[in-house]
Amino acid sequence: MTTLTILGLLPLLGALAIAIAPKSNELLTKQIALATTLIVAIAGILTTVQFDFADTSLQFVESHDWIPAFGIKYALGVDGIALVLILLSVLLAPIVVLAGWNESEGGRWGAKTFYILLLTLETMMIGVFASTDVFLFYVFFEAMLIPVYFLIGGYGTGERAAAAVKFLLYSLFGGLLMLASIIGLYVISGKNGSHTFDINELSKLSQVMSPTTQNLLFLGFFIAFAIKAPVWPLHTWLPDAAQSATPGTSVLLLGVLDKVGTFGMIRYCLTLFPDASKTFTPVIIVFAVISILYGAFLAIGARDIKRLIAYTSISHFGFITMGIFAMTSQAQSGATLYMFNHGFSTAALFLVAGWMISRRKSSTIADFGGLQRVTPVMAWSFFIAGMSSLALPGLSSFVSEFLVLVGTFTRYPVAAVVATFGIVLAALYILIPVQRALHGPTTPGNENLSDLNLREKIAIAPVIAVIVVLGFYPSPLLKIINPSAAYVVSQQGFSDPAPTMNEDK
Amino acid sequence: MMGFTAPTLDYALLAPILVVLAGALIGVLIEAFAPRASRASSQLFITLASLVTALAFIVRNHSKYSTTAAMGSVSIDGAGVLLQGSVLIIAIISVFLLADQENFTALAAALPGSDEERVSLAQDLKVTEVYPLTLFAVAGMLLFPVSTDLITLFVALEMLSLPLYLLAGLSRRRRLASQESALKYFLLGAFSSAFFLFGVAYLYGYSSSVTFIGLHEAVVGGSGNDIFLLLGIAFLSVGLLFKVGAVPFHAWSPDVYQGAPTAVTAFMAAATKVAAFGAMLRIFYVSFAEDFLQWRPALTVIALITMVFGSLVAIAQRDVKRMLAYSSIAHAGFLLSGVIALSKSGLDASIFYLFAYGVATVGAFAVVTLVRDSSGEVTDLNRWSGLGKRSPLVATAFAGFLLAFAGIPLTSGFIGKFSIFSAAYESGSTTLLIAGVLSSAIAAFFYIRVIVLMFFKDSVDDGTSVVIPSIYTQITIVTSFVVTFALGVYPTPLINFIANTATFLR
Repeated sequence: MTTLTILGLLPLLGALAIAIAPKSNELLTKQIALATTLIVAIAGILTTVQFDFADTSLQFVESHDWIPAFGIKYALGVDGIALVLILLSVLLAPIVVLAGWNESEGGRWGAKTFYILLLTLETMMIGVFASTDVFLFYVFFEAMLIPVYFLIGGYGTGERAAAAVKFLLYSLFGGLLMLASIIGLYVISGKNGSHTFDINELSKLSQVMSPTTQNLLFLGFFIAFAIKAPVWPLHTWLPDAAQSATPGTSVLLLGVLDKVGTFGMIRYCLTLFPDASKTFTPVIIVFAVISILYGAFLAIGARDIKRLIAYTSISHFGFITMGIFAMTSQAQSGATLYMFNHGFSTAALFLVAGWMISRRKSSTIADFGGLQRVTPVMAWSFFIAGMSSLALPGLSSFVSEFLVLVGTFTRYPVAAVVATFGIVLAALYILIPVQRALHGPTTPGNENLSDLNLREKIAIAPVIAVIVVLGFYPSPLLKIINPSAAYVVSQQGFSDPAPTMNEDK
Repeated sequence: MMGFTAPTLDYALLAPILVVLAGALIGVLIEAFAPRASRASSQLFITLASLVTALAFIVRNHSKYSTTAAMGSVSIDGAGVLLQGSVLIIAIISVFLLADQENFTALAAALPGSDEERVSLAQDLKVTEVYPLTLFAVAGMLLFPVSTDLITLFVALEMLSLPLYLLAGLSRRRRLASQESALKYFLLGAFSSAFFLFGVAYLYGYSSSVTFIGLHEAVVGGSGNDIFLLLGIAFLSVGLLFKVGAVPFHAWSPDVYQGAPTAVTAFMAAATKVAAFGAMLRIFYVSFAEDFLQWRPALTVIALITMVFGSLVAIAQRDVKRMLAYSSIAHAGFLLSGVIALSKSGLDASIFYLFAYGVATVGAFAVVTLVRDSSGEVTDLNRWSGLGKRSPLVATAFAGFLLAFAGIPLTSGFIGKFSIFSAAYESGSTTLLIAGVLSSAIAAFFYIRVIVLMFFKDSVDDGTSVVIPSIYTQITIVTSFVVTFALGVYPTPLINFIANTATFLR
């Protein structure tokens, strides 16, 4: 067993410990969950430290036969992009546990089930980013739906069952399309040598596939990822799911799970089907730009605070998708950095919003007002999270958004210019609720809200710290991401467009 | 004067079938002579003993293949042994359900609602004849997939069908519906048997032979009249497609699934599919393979309609047994892609799928037997809501089986689906792959709806409850559950075993 397997198994062990622990002792359950996620986070950081930044090949590789008759392997490995996303997952997990200490209370089942589901989900999140075998990836991709489904349906609020079903059906539909493509790849690999699911072996197949086959298989993968990400017009499940889920689940759903979609676009769509990716790039860029603007407009009109955050995420996922398909190393790095930063800024937004909602017993923006005076710490936290979401310079999202836009502009100037309007709209959709909820006179019903307690402060502090530190000093992460991002772009046969200068003047 | 030569039989190879038949006959004798009080336990013992002995014989014979075990009428080969083994294992798990006599009427001969019925119920009589009937059906199912001539195939077909017709009518509650379903099953079954025989006659006319090898030679030789061949294949297929419940020959299955005692439904749904698909695979792979250009398009269309129809109609069902019936129709469509694939990987995939699906089906129906109110089983899905709250373990088990039917990874259903669709695509059928995937997506909808109902809806207080499972039912559910998930997580041993074993001898 090597690093990644151990990292993936740790949360599962925690889940097992919780399963054995007595049902009556809820505190113990929570403590085990927190301890486990903290240990995993530390292990994740240690793994990152050991990572060789300059090396663009997969690291921490391990491979064992799983179902040899079909050439299926249990194969793990990470490049810079995957590592950053695993880091994101393991860092967010303890924060979610700590921030949502009482989240399991409104559920259909007890705390025990909640944390078992949560820890199982963490194992699958690590697995889905670490797999280098397409079949194994698919197994994690689909199996992780089940814990999320029960987390939304069992512990959420409002129309939680309906939202959970919508989420699951959308995802299963996408997943089955991807399964068809995976079967296609499997059969083609069998006809050109031996059956395999190894991502490196499969990426060689693009040379023997006919363009039609490649396009169809690409679409199978892309639609699955576009549902997951989500890209307009396949986004309609997200607002419902985000509104109904608990804040903690929403953080994991939007912060990590949706990244599987954008990660999949890089790892599978681009790598396996370079030609098809080029064919579809213009269309995808258009969809991405529509997502950016459409998400932003919906966010401006949102009345519910959780839906608002979901819509802003649709806009942000538009940026990420655009960055991925712009095919420049800057945009590619920017997209990956954006995934990480979006994880943290969404986490901050959802967690603070969750506290606001649980105190005010309402999630309608109009019910809040003047929180700045009553609960200054909570209000400031929300303010910083909001500023990060609108990509204020000095906060982490700015760096990534800027990289994406610059990288896109060098190849698709029109798209980049139109997408820039997304930033203007972002100012609207963040500043309006911030003004209504935080500033101005304290409206009735808000006078007696309590400010964040110590636990909540401890939970939100690291998130805000990451947002600020990475805003000023993103290079540690970029050091991990850049080589891999450049490698992905160069694998597509692209080189960054050279800047043109007018030398006559 | 013609001399009569006694047929030479290889008793060792035929032992599994013979043991089960012997068990059935002993069962009949017990019914006739043993005192009533001791019948139930001794029948259960005899049944289990003969099934296990038969399985032991199969294990012992596992690599002794022969085409001449019964004068060329039976061919014991890798695929045949695997199918026989699957039938036996499924039968063993589902026999435990029969032991729960709550499901069965007290006296089959009594008219529903008559005084005789009331008396028999008051006396607490038991229809222990279900055991020998089941054994006869199992014997037929063991013979069906290894038959290599059309007459033996027909005999096996009738041998497995007739006991099932009877068993379907033995439900304790809603006896009229149960008897109606039995009659429907019998009439339609007899009708399809007639088609089958009609096909046999055409095939004999075409090849002047009733053996699979003779048919194969005639197909390869190509000297016969192709019209007869096509008519023969068509009519023969009607009989077989009826048994597997493929559209448009599926009309019996929802009614019979619903009307029959659930324990019988479990056994029938799982084991009949294995036997019938086994026979179908054999005759298409062995005899008609070279003629695939002519039958494949028609069978592909049937497979497409079957999977899409089954998945779509299942959505509208409000009864759990009917829903499972339509789901089994959809699965028949998926399984047909294995027949159409006509390749080694198609055969392997089909056998794996049949076994995995069969085990999960028995498990799912076993759970259905547990949900009851004062008047018997509750199969109305609306009354299943909130089941997860009241009995989390039972609801979790059922959810597990549903996820396996839906083909979610880490369950046996996923491996089955993956292997059978890839075999279909490998043989060039892109339409089957796409239709299969899309109807899986449709099917996921109604499986998930049941999970929602059990876990996310509040329970209705109408006396519906989950009975504490008897030890027998527990064995069934736990075994099926463990097998379903073990095959999902680590199917390698079984897949390798099938890949190394499954071949048809010609």
